[in-house]
Amino acid sequence: MSTTDGPTLIPDAESAKDQIDRETARGTHTKSGRLQVFGEWWNRRTRPQQWALLLIVVALAYMLPIINPPIITTEPGNDWPIACFQMALYALVAVGLNVVVGYAGLLDLGYVAFFAVGSYTAASLTSPDSTFLHIPYLWTVPVAMAVTMFFGVVLGVPTLRLRGDYLAIVTLGFGEIVRILATIIPAFKGQVGFQNVGHPPGGTAANPIFSNSNGTPWYWLVLTIIILVLLLVGNLERSRVGRAWVAIREDEDAAEIMGVPVFKYKVWAFAIGAAIGGLSGSLAAGQVGFVNNQKFDIVTSMLFLAAVVLGGAGNKVGAIIGGVIVAYLPLRFTAIAPYKYLIFGLALVIIMIFRARGILSARQKLLAYGSSSYERVTPNNEQPNASEPTA
Amino acid sequence: MNDTSNASTTAQDDALDQLHIDEAVAEAAAPEREIAVDVGENIMEIRNLTVKFGGLTALDDVSFDIKRGEILGLIGPNGAGKTTCFNAMTGVYKPSSGQVLLEGKSIGGRLRHKITRLGLARTFQNIRLFGEMTALENVVVGLDARHKTSVVGALLRLPRHRREERSAITRAMALLEFVGIAENAAVLSRNLSYGHQRRLEIARALATDPKVLCLDEPAAGFNPAEKEDLMALIRAIRDDGYTILLIEHDMKLVMGVTDRIVVLEFGKKLADGLPVDIRNDPRVVAAYLGEPEDDAAA
Repeated sequence: MSTTDGPTLIPDAESAKDQIDRETARGTHTKSGRLQVFGEWWNRRTRPQQWALLLIVVALAYMLPIINPPIITTEPGNDWPIACFQMALYALVAVGLNVVVGYAGLLDLGYVAFFAVGSYTAASLTSPDSTFLHIPYLWTVPVAMAVTMFFGVVLGVPTLRLRGDYLAIVTLGFGEIVRILATIIPAFKGQVGFQNVGHPPGGTAANPIFSNSNGTPWYWLVLTIIILVLLLVGNLERSRVGRAWVAIREDEDAAEIMGVPVFKYKVWAFAIGAAIGGLSGSLAAGQVGFVNNQKFDIVTSMLFLAAVVLGGAGNKVGAIIGGVIVAYLPLRFTAIAPYKYLIFGLALVIIMIFRARGILSARQKLLAYGSSSYERVTPNNEQPNASEPTA
Repeated sequence: MNDTSNASTTAQDDALDQLHIDEAVAEAAAPEREIAVDVGENIMEIRNLTVKFGGLTALDDVSFDIKRGEILGLIGPNGAGKTTCFNAMTGVYKPSSGQVLLEGKSIGGRLRHKITRLGLARTFQNIRLFGEMTALENVVVGLDARHKTSVVGALLRLPRHRREERSAITRAMALLEFVGIAENAAVLSRNLSYGHQRRLEIARALATDPKVLCLDEPAAGFNPAEKEDLMALIRAIRDDGYTILLIEHDMKLVMGVTDRIVVLEFGKKLADGLPVDIRNDPRVVAAYLGEPEDDAAA
């Protein structure tokens, strides 16, 4: 049944030993290339240096829509600030999906459903077309997260006892169910959809800061949210939660036998991933100002998944890069936009062949206070240590 | 903290195959553990355990006890039901009938991770480490079984989370030190050598703070020198206050390290006694060791 256990049927201990020692000696599994060099360089920086560099990168990221760099820009085909917003949005989605697929190793093919639930929550609570209760737009963001989290748990509890392929099929079905429900339930207005979805306050009624045509404030909003989400997800990664997720991804049975409540942490991964999906959905609804049932189809799920896999599943920075690439390329090269599924499909195949772990394959750090302990034992780190016994 | 760092630097100088057990390490490895002193009393009882797969009875009415502080060997020819027994005891299989009691509490019907928390840890015959994690992280996963941080606590880095993370690293390093692979703490576990992977599995199981540690053929694939080291390690673990159940093929290792042996054959218990008695038991010799002049029996 399982296709993940590798080619050897029942390896006896001797052959297992030979294989392991051979692989270790050959140094397979070691990465090479420029990105690796950069990763090592990055790890050698001290913490304050890393923060300073990050600060510069973040400042540049904030200025991106204003700079509008020549060759890189998507104009005249597409408005650049709105393109920036799109890229940031995809990056946020990829960070959320990365929790589910990258960390916990749960293949979710229906992630767009959470995005849709988030969009519909924001739209139906703010649009004048809606018959539901109306609340200010900013309040819909946490509400959308709570609602999608609830959906994540509702989907997760019955299905997360399934594994691998089965889970993928159920999530695929869930994605379609949400889209079809939006079509057939009259309150969600099918193709007609909701117009004039709310936006954050600011400016005058005729000329709001967060208008549909001005992408810059929206981009800044999403970028800020991405930074917050990254900090929180990073906290989870370097805790028992992140370790439980990666342990589940690596070997679910072994994790359970080592005392990890596997099911609980799978549901948490689903719920947290769903909440981030809902968050991005509500932001998208606000910026576009219009939500109907047309853009929540399966291929969008695939595009999200492509972003995570392309960037490097399990790596938040990789997920961001993947999301940005997937959003950017069709906007920049409008000629290829109709073929984007073909192109990303091919790109996925190629990347699986030549760089199976994605563009950025740096592994996750799973210990909150790990680096100092590693420094103490890593042999190439020669510190002048008085307690070092000299032979 | 200082004890551990000193210990880890000294161990780098020690030859790997020489098992070095520092007092400080033993301290750090078991700081919060309540070590029961009533050695010799039953800690685990296997009562009339039967496991059936369809029409096949893999384990037939097997009963034995594990006493606190002993190393119990579980042996038998291939297909005798050792691993089935092991899996039924650790909750991987549901027994068709019979009971497994750990300190008087039945482990039947409990979820597997709860069984681990009850105090039963195991290693795997075919190594099952978390390959993408470093050796240190692997051990910390085992330690998490005793941690209480909630998801929200981890998300917001509340004080309990920070405290537990710090103590986890200290303790995990001490455990790596204890099994003799501390200098590989930062190495991804799949890049470790075979022998080190086996030792890491033991460290990870010890991290769950078990009352009974079950080792499933820990010496498989080892050469005689490595087996010698492993025997020393197993004894050291026992001396540290753990109770050990050992499944092993290698008779030299079993005879050398166990205090008591249970022999299975065709899913039934054949004998139960001291190694010297087992070695001289004609039924065991006939069933398991083959011809009496086989040098494996010596």
